[in-house]
Amino acid sequence: MSSAGLSLPGLPPLVRRRRTDFTGGAFTALSGLAALLIVAMVAVIVGEIAWNGAPTVTWEFLTAVPRHGMTQGGIFPAIYGTLLLVVLMVVALVPFGVGAAIWLHLYAAQDAWFTRAVRFAVHNLAGVPSIVFGLFGLGFFVQFVGRTIDRTLGLDVVWGQPALIWAALTLALLNLPVVIVTTEEALRTVGRDQREASLALGATRWQTVRHVLLPQALPGILTGAILAVARGAGEVAPILFTGAAYFLPFLPKAPTDQFMELGYHVFVLATQSPDVDATRPLLFGTVLVLLALTFLLNLTAILLRARLRARLLGRT
Amino acid sequence: MTVDATDPKPALANRMVVPEREPEVAPATAPPTRLAAREFHLYYGAHHALKGITLEIPSGSVTAIIGPSGCGKSTLLRSFNRMNDLIPGVRTQGGLAVSGVDVMAPSMDVVDLRRRVGMVFQRPNPFPKSIFENAAFGLRMQGMNDREALAQRVEAGLRRAALWDEVKDRLDRSALQLSGGQQQRLCIARCLAVEPEVILMDEPASALDPTATARIEDLVRELRGRYTIVVVTHNMQQAARVSDFTAFLLQGELVEHGDTRRLFTSPRQKLTEDYITGRFG
Repeated sequence: MSSAGLSLPGLPPLVRRRRTDFTGGAFTALSGLAALLIVAMVAVIVGEIAWNGAPTVTWEFLTAVPRHGMTQGGIFPAIYGTLLLVVLMVVALVPFGVGAAIWLHLYAAQDAWFTRAVRFAVHNLAGVPSIVFGLFGLGFFVQFVGRTIDRTLGLDVVWGQPALIWAALTLALLNLPVVIVTTEEALRTVGRDQREASLALGATRWQTVRHVLLPQALPGILTGAILAVARGAGEVAPILFTGAAYFLPFLPKAPTDQFMELGYHVFVLATQSPDVDATRPLLFGTVLVLLALTFLLNLTAILLRARLRARLLGRT
Repeated sequence: MTVDATDPKPALANRMVVPEREPEVAPATAPPTRLAAREFHLYYGAHHALKGITLEIPSGSVTAIIGPSGCGKSTLLRSFNRMNDLIPGVRTQGGLAVSGVDVMAPSMDVVDLRRRVGMVFQRPNPFPKSIFENAAFGLRMQGMNDREALAQRVEAGLRRAALWDEVKDRLDRSALQLSGGQQQRLCIARCLAVEPEVILMDEPASALDPTATARIEDLVRELRGRYTIVVVTHNMQQAARVSDFTAFLLQGELVEHGDTRRLFTSPRQKLTEDYITGRFG
């Protein structure tokens, strides 16, 4: 079939100039190639990691601590630390982000200079490189907030050092724009008619938010949280100075403890190992676990979102 | 005070209108004015949307507001429950009263106002909740939690909206599974459950098919007397079928307001005549 032979049944074939045909055909081929390349890259990355990592990932690998200068043993502390970090981040992030989005969408005077300043800040925050967040976390949370707490409580150095809580807060800050933007978008899609219906029945503004807007925006808010979690579990730069540890012989028990984290552990295994060859299988295994964990977190959130959507549409 | 639906049309309190014929049985007292506008102006920014509207709507009557698109019908309607507050840049001037209380007063409790002046919208907009929770919404927002009392009020609302028999066996099902006409009656039931004095309806049947429209119109006639109803419509037949009084708005001005039959049969204004005979709009 020639490229000019494209026609719909029952319709006369389209007559086009040859040059357009050529350009169109070339563009179709190029864009198809680009799409194929993406699939190929993902396949290669995942395939390579799964192939090399799978033999390493045993029950022992998942539950044991690193041994012999991290050339043997498992990665349990890093898995545990990552989960803890992500949970803490979500707990800090979602109320703050959703609150800001509600304010922006419902309460703020849209043309006031302050509202515009907030929006401007949110959009710029999204463009700040993650390493800058890491440095900010160190300067603000660890050295300013942490030390102030220590000084006020008359403690030695407890809060004023890199810790799980500061890393989680730094990550939360990094992901704040994502949650604010997706939540506001979700609130916007709920529609004026629902908001008016509620207000017209004598609901207050807060009741309207609580009983009409938030339940309907929940799937959208969850999307924001999914993006934040997926990003949070893999970002190394923001936690580098604010709480992640190279190696710890114990698990974090308090928010002021340091922690091991999968992403950082990958970095450590790849660059700091005394024996590169002995570490390599562990490295692949760790990356596989990190990918699987992110995927699982995403999957859970996506399933939850689908269920919420179905319930909103009255399909259950 | 309520007026029995079988009563003849109540005599008018509006000074703009002289009743054409004496009612066969004169009511003992003229029904009090429920809604009133006095030289009411509304601006959207620089746009002068309502220009000195003055009218009175007696308690228990059905009033239709007609006029071409953009004439300010909905704007006037949405002024009575302060729904225009949601739109930034709205300014008003002049007076607006519900049961003699100044609606525009800064001290007005808008939440309380909206409990007394209910509203039904153009497109059915039930919440994505169960039928029961839709009908109970306004009551729950007032803090009513007693299951028994809620069930009673919900049933009363649904019965009055002529929906009870169709949904009584599936109150826990999603309201979104109902047909468009049923959804709209649910929205009316939701409004009735709060027991308002006034119901504002903004083209309540314009998104519905003819059968569903007829049911909504029947319902409006049944609710007449118990509630004061104001219906915005661009359908003149509908206005003629359901209303006691009709107000004709054109470009933000009230051209004519009076007894529906009289307005449609012998309009006093040339503009009204042109409009109802289809010469423009």
